[in-house]
Amino acid sequence: MSELSVNHLLGIKYLNKQDIQLIFETADHFKEVINRPIKKVPSLRDITIANLFFENSTRTKLSFELAEKRLSADVINFSAAQSSVKKGETLIDTVNNILSMKVDMVVMRHPNPGAGVFLSKHVNASIINAGDGAHEHPTQALLDSYSIRERFGEVKGKNVVIVGDILHSRVALSNIFALQLQGANVMVCGPKTLIPKYIDKLGVKVETNLRKALNWCDVANMLRVQNERMDVSYFPSTREYAQQFGVDKALLNSLDKEITIMHPGPINRGVEITSDVADSKQAIILDQVQNGVAIRMAVIYLLASKIKQ
Amino acid sequence: MSQKVLLNAKEVNIILHRLACQLIENHKDFTNTVLIGIQPRGKFLANRLITLLKEDYKIKNLQSGQLDITFYRDDFRRSDKPLEANATEMNCVVEDKKVVFIDDVLYTGRSIRAALTAIQSFGRPNEIELLTLIDRRFSRHLPIQPDYRGRQVDAINKEKVKVNWVENEGEDAVYLINS
Repeated sequence: MSELSVNHLLGIKYLNKQDIQLIFETADHFKEVINRPIKKVPSLRDITIANLFFENSTRTKLSFELAEKRLSADVINFSAAQSSVKKGETLIDTVNNILSMKVDMVVMRHPNPGAGVFLSKHVNASIINAGDGAHEHPTQALLDSYSIRERFGEVKGKNVVIVGDILHSRVALSNIFALQLQGANVMVCGPKTLIPKYIDKLGVKVETNLRKALNWCDVANMLRVQNERMDVSYFPSTREYAQQFGVDKALLNSLDKEITIMHPGPINRGVEITSDVADSKQAIILDQVQNGVAIRMAVIYLLASKIKQ
Repeated sequence: MSQKVLLNAKEVNIILHRLACQLIENHKDFTNTVLIGIQPRGKFLANRLITLLKEDYKIKNLQSGQLDITFYRDDFRRSDKPLEANATEMNCVVEDKKVVFIDDVLYTGRSIRAALTAIQSFGRPNEIELLTLIDRRFSRHLPIQPDYRGRQVDAINKEKVKVNWVENEGEDAVYLINS
């Protein structure tokens, strides 16, 4: 097994266990590459990749761009803010125009769920979903699982709680799929208003008491409250949220065991986690960022190897 | 499919000793030398030579590494089989060192071409030599020749040379396989 079962990375739900295993093994090699004095390999020198960001992003965009450049691919960047999308061009037209310049692969972030799936049916290029609305963010989930694997040796059997705004989070959904595929136990925790109604149908535990959730878990993945996606108030105040669902050092120290803290970034320091937690040894937030480049190199490399000449 | 024994265990052993002695002749006490096995098959030969040099010839402080060339190959997306990467272990400095690439079979020369590019990621060696157990002459695609060779073999393209090692296949032997 040395090939992915898919031609696009649209979401974790389209992958199987072996795909994830292959991505992780390939990422191990790339992690070694990015720690060399010269952090670049020539594999993708005849591949051109377009990064289409119809929604703001800093770290995902940087991480993808770095991964592409470390593989020697040619990269073009596009942000919706400065584009003809504002003039009324459709998504397929925008992408087909870019593809007619001989682009092999598209990395896309889009505010609408399913944008990547839609595109993959209409254009002739390999598509990587870099986040589509509140649907999926597969590379984030892969790097989160990869970081857990790095910390504990394996993901199987680990108890992982995802804390915070589950309702608006594509990271939560992709993480649930990825963790379950690898045999981890998943719990979500947050204010009732921010937990989707039928989430227990996915086979995850639901908890509204943060202390109970933390005592159960090995790893807590703290999500950001996505104020920009909230059209109404889901909780009374940020202060109240921080008191009930924020993690501080005192809370961590009062637990029965030492747990690992993850965060997909950007952190609202003092809301979901305090500074002393974010900067503590228990937090692997910066490891996640470094692993993000290796994971994205692996995904791009494996998908590019399926583009025949 | 038929196969012919090119070298048996005794012959392999004699050749390994000769190659070790030739290395000593050129590299003296190896203080400025790094031996690098080319993944995946070169590491067996490299490990054998390193063990010989240490145990039989009492060479101390040997520096060595394993180099994977998968991401540097020129047939990415061109071969039918997907390329599978192996581990690279380079825990030594190659800057200004004499590097010896070690591989089991030299055929088209393309692996060595890739290795020459790959090693640059770790620094600029002073010089690079090549040691191979089997040199399939007349089949080169590139102007690359070994500095140390175990046995020269004339084989036509549809024939395959297979090197077996005790630690991997349970025997030391080299076969010419005609499929």
